[in-house]
Amino acid sequence: MASEDAALSIAPARPPLWRDAKFRGIAYQIAFVCAVAGLIAFAVHNTLGNIGRQNIATGFGFLRREAAFGIGESLIEYSPADTYARAFLVGLTNTLHVAALGTVFATILGTLMGLARLSRNWLVAKLARVYVETFRNIPLPLQLFFWWGLLNKMSPGPRQAWQILPDVFVSNRGIVYPVPFANPVYEWVGAAFCIGAVAAIGFRRWAKQRQARTGQQLPAGWVTLGLIAGLPLAVFLGFGAPLALDTPALKGFNFSGGSSMSPEFAALLIGLVIYTGTFIAEIVRAGILAVNWGQSEAAMALGLRSGQRMRLVVLPQALRVIVPPLTSQYLSLTKNSSLAVIIGFPDLVSIANTTMNQTGQAIEGIAMIMAVYLFLSLAISLAMNAYNRAVALVER
Amino acid sequence: MADIAHDVPIAAEAPPPRSTGALGWLKANLFSSLTNTILTLLCIALLVVAIPPVVRWALIDAIWHAPNGQACHGDGACWAFIGEKFRFILFGFFPVAETWRPVVVVGIFLLMIVAACDRRMWGRRLGILWLIGLCAVFALMRGGFAGMGKVETAMWSGLPLTLILAIVGMLFGFPLGVLLALGRRSRLPAVRTICIGYIELIRGVPLITLLFMASLMLPLFLPAGVTIDKLVRAQVAFILFAGAYLAEVVRGGLQAIPRGQIEAADALGLSYFQRTRLIVLPQALAMVIPPLVNTFIGIFKDTALVIIISLFDLLTTAETALTDGAWQGFYVEAYVFIGVIYWSFCFFMSRYSQLLEREFNRGRRR
Repeated sequence: MASEDAALSIAPARPPLWRDAKFRGIAYQIAFVCAVAGLIAFAVHNTLGNIGRQNIATGFGFLRREAAFGIGESLIEYSPADTYARAFLVGLTNTLHVAALGTVFATILGTLMGLARLSRNWLVAKLARVYVETFRNIPLPLQLFFWWGLLNKMSPGPRQAWQILPDVFVSNRGIVYPVPFANPVYEWVGAAFCIGAVAAIGFRRWAKQRQARTGQQLPAGWVTLGLIAGLPLAVFLGFGAPLALDTPALKGFNFSGGSSMSPEFAALLIGLVIYTGTFIAEIVRAGILAVNWGQSEAAMALGLRSGQRMRLVVLPQALRVIVPPLTSQYLSLTKNSSLAVIIGFPDLVSIANTTMNQTGQAIEGIAMIMAVYLFLSLAISLAMNAYNRAVALVER
Repeated sequence: MADIAHDVPIAAEAPPPRSTGALGWLKANLFSSLTNTILTLLCIALLVVAIPPVVRWALIDAIWHAPNGQACHGDGACWAFIGEKFRFILFGFFPVAETWRPVVVVGIFLLMIVAACDRRMWGRRLGILWLIGLCAVFALMRGGFAGMGKVETAMWSGLPLTLILAIVGMLFGFPLGVLLALGRRSRLPAVRTICIGYIELIRGVPLITLLFMASLMLPLFLPAGVTIDKLVRAQVAFILFAGAYLAEVVRGGLQAIPRGQIEAADALGLSYFQRTRLIVLPQALAMVIPPLVNTFIGIFKDTALVIIISLFDLLTTAETALTDGAWQGFYVEAYVFIGVIYWSFCFFMSRYSQLLEREFNRGRRR
């Protein structure tokens, strides 16, 4: 700014050095960088001294050593004889697992509740509001303890398990639920779904071009539904609809069959979904309210039906408002999954914590946690920014 | 055209559906269409299934007095557990004989918050009041004079600890956040890069890692022989954490200042610091007061995380109360009790921020 002022005067007399904006800028920056670097150097110096004095090992060599601790649940093969690196990998997959599922379910719950808050039905809107106001204002660690206490300590043993849905049982061993037996037909159904989806996208593109060229509309919605849902269904029925469920049944002291979720995982997932869902609900609600009512009126004046109005006019504009804060909710859900450590779910932080306690190498452990979360944050930001660009307003 | 009979009356339209009175309200808000009717009935079914068991558990079957945990296990809640433990949950290990001190501390904090919510108080008066309040809080907690026994920070626990962590974290995090936000918008590249790096680093990692750092790594960073109190270390982590989040809120305000304001300040010949202090910050900060309150709510809830480094905040004292052998298994009661405390604080503050937002937007609304 000051340099522009100087440029205005016709023959700038060179100001004294301490009033020269450029010089001052450089001087400030050097001073600031020196201060920060000095602080870091001080910390590093002390750390090296302390490490030497306390005989703490350094470096990442410990990763190749035997971990010698068990992990309650894992998506990949693991035994205490494996290395610390393997244990970290287990923690990372567990974190990613709960974060991915949590993101999906929180989006669904949040969107439903956000729409419910806008419902013209008084009771629906009020119930959604009670949900949002209750769970948004209670700290997540407390909610996690609550769900964990309910699932792990208050729930009965498998013999008296609560049956919350047909063949879904809750006991202190976790939640068991039925899954279909593996059957080669399901792979064919999956393939049919993929083919249908690709065909549907191609058809919609062609129908859109055709409409632009000729003005004629095709029933794109029905064709899409037929391709995406009908094709797999036809394949499924064509093979004789082999639907055999592996239902959990009580055998001895525990359930056998079906699939199960540990109380820790279930409590973490439920807590994260319910807590994050409240924030997503408010974001969705604000996004839809942000679209000017005139837009809806204009759409009605053009003769669009209510579904078209939502899909073609309101939603594209609402998404612009919704996507950026939604990104930060996904980020905070991922970061909040680190609270798993307080209820004993073996996520990345929990395993790193055990490792740090065993090896005493706090710096390396914390550095690894930070690196992983920074990488995850960056990855989610990049993905959501790409999506945001796709829905953003195209200006001049 | 001549065929049109002018005197043939048009059949009267049916009256519009009733929209007033209880029946009209029900029709408009609960049963306006088939879908709405189904939704309403589903909601009523949900309420009928959910509410009676909860009421029975919490009130009708609840046990209000019991000599010990054994006598308290019934079909309902055991509020006797809360009666037995509420002093410990609220004030933790603070010496029992001196319980009046944390009680007064919580009272002072409440008064400070209420004063801060009154817009007539905003200004220098509030600053002085808060300074006095904070000094009084620390004097009361620490003691060691005027006949009050000295209480080590390790004994500070329960609700006062939660409030100290949140309020001090916010108070010191705020100037840090303002400086970081200004640094992030600086035209000096080195300053800008360092500020962006700091903000994104802190915001990119979970608070847990910062607390681990404060408890495990900070001692390593300091010269040998220098030790810092555990509470202070956690407080530093909260300040650094709050600073990064507040910086982003303040940056939002800075970005909303029209360029013309800055140009006008330059035209008046104000220096960078004069311009920032007199023109930019007063407008930017006033604009972001509602999101600042929301950030404070977030930080208040985040204090529950100090359970990781075993500081005895409200959540940790409740967890500790649950480990008493004589009173076992009253999880839901304990969590409901502290849940209500946390909820009241957060709900009150979020309503307040909504109120402020409405008032601030009054000029902009048509």
